[in-house]
Amino acid sequence: MTRIGVVVFPGSNCDRDTLRGIELAGAEAVALWHEQTTLDGCAAIIVPGGFAYGDYLRAGVIARFSPVMRSVAAFAAEGGLVLGICNGFQVIAEAGLVPGALLRNRGLRFLGRDVRIAAERLDTPFTHLAGPRRPLRMPIAHGEGCYFADDATLDALERDGQVLFRYVDAAGARAREFGEPGDDANPNGSLRAVAGVLNAAGNVAGLMPHPERASEAVLGSDDGFGIVRSLVESARAAEHDRARPLVGAAS
Amino acid sequence: MSVFRFAVNVLPKRGILDPQGKAVEGSLGHLGIEGVSAVRVGRRVELTVDAADEAAARAVAERLAAELLANPLIEAHAVERLAEAEG
Repeated sequence: MTRIGVVVFPGSNCDRDTLRGIELAGAEAVALWHEQTTLDGCAAIIVPGGFAYGDYLRAGVIARFSPVMRSVAAFAAEGGLVLGICNGFQVIAEAGLVPGALLRNRGLRFLGRDVRIAAERLDTPFTHLAGPRRPLRMPIAHGEGCYFADDATLDALERDGQVLFRYVDAAGARAREFGEPGDDANPNGSLRAVAGVLNAAGNVAGLMPHPERASEAVLGSDDGFGIVRSLVESARAAEHDRARPLVGAAS
Repeated sequence: MSVFRFAVNVLPKRGILDPQGKAVEGSLGHLGIEGVSAVRVGRRVELTVDAADEAAARAVAERLAAELLANPLIEAHAVERLAEAEG
């Protein structure tokens, strides 16, 4: 059975939800302790949410230097599939595996509530089973989720198809910028309403909202399950055919 | 080997959103203070380095600042030599 690894740091708190989501999608979920250097034969890695190492200094930065993350970075460099969720997104951004940085929420408050996002692309290893494009309702729980990159980088990300998710309103329209009327759909003030991004090679993605916490109807929403399932099926396919090219960013 | 004491000052880069700075600035009115603007909030880290000389010690502090204490995408840093080598 395909194995999907979930990194566990001291302070991770969504690791069990993530392990459960992977099992629901029909793969073997494997917890990877932060001090280990091997990835135990996993075909994809999820860096889950939480407060790794207490979020000291900057969210995600201490975790970046952990032994397991060095292996995850090497795995990603070889084309391995890596998904960072919430704090996991902060970790992989600090590690430079995806572009940009996550700043303090513009409203300064920690936010724990449902938001809506839409996939900008449905042809990636993380979203190919998440269609058709529609608002996906899932929770956020973060204090530092304001996506930031400079204008030139944002332009390049949009041009190259690396904006993977955006915050949208209930009707599916792109959320307004912070401070504009109706900016409520953009909870943290992320620039250009970016909720998730893809690396240039198309094999590493991060997002602030929690698809794994919206993967069963009993949780209030299963809108996130398509993302979990996309990753699991992509990992399965990659494992069965290592030569299969990953769906890359649009050129 | 000698010990050298440094402070690393980290601030949001110019033009980077600084909601903490804005919040501090916004609170000044409540204190009845006027004429203060461009408040920015950062962090200061003090540390002691054991090294052969000051240049070597400063190089260590610089590397630490650039690779760990500041995120170069969003923060600028400055290393400052402190007079006393306190523990």
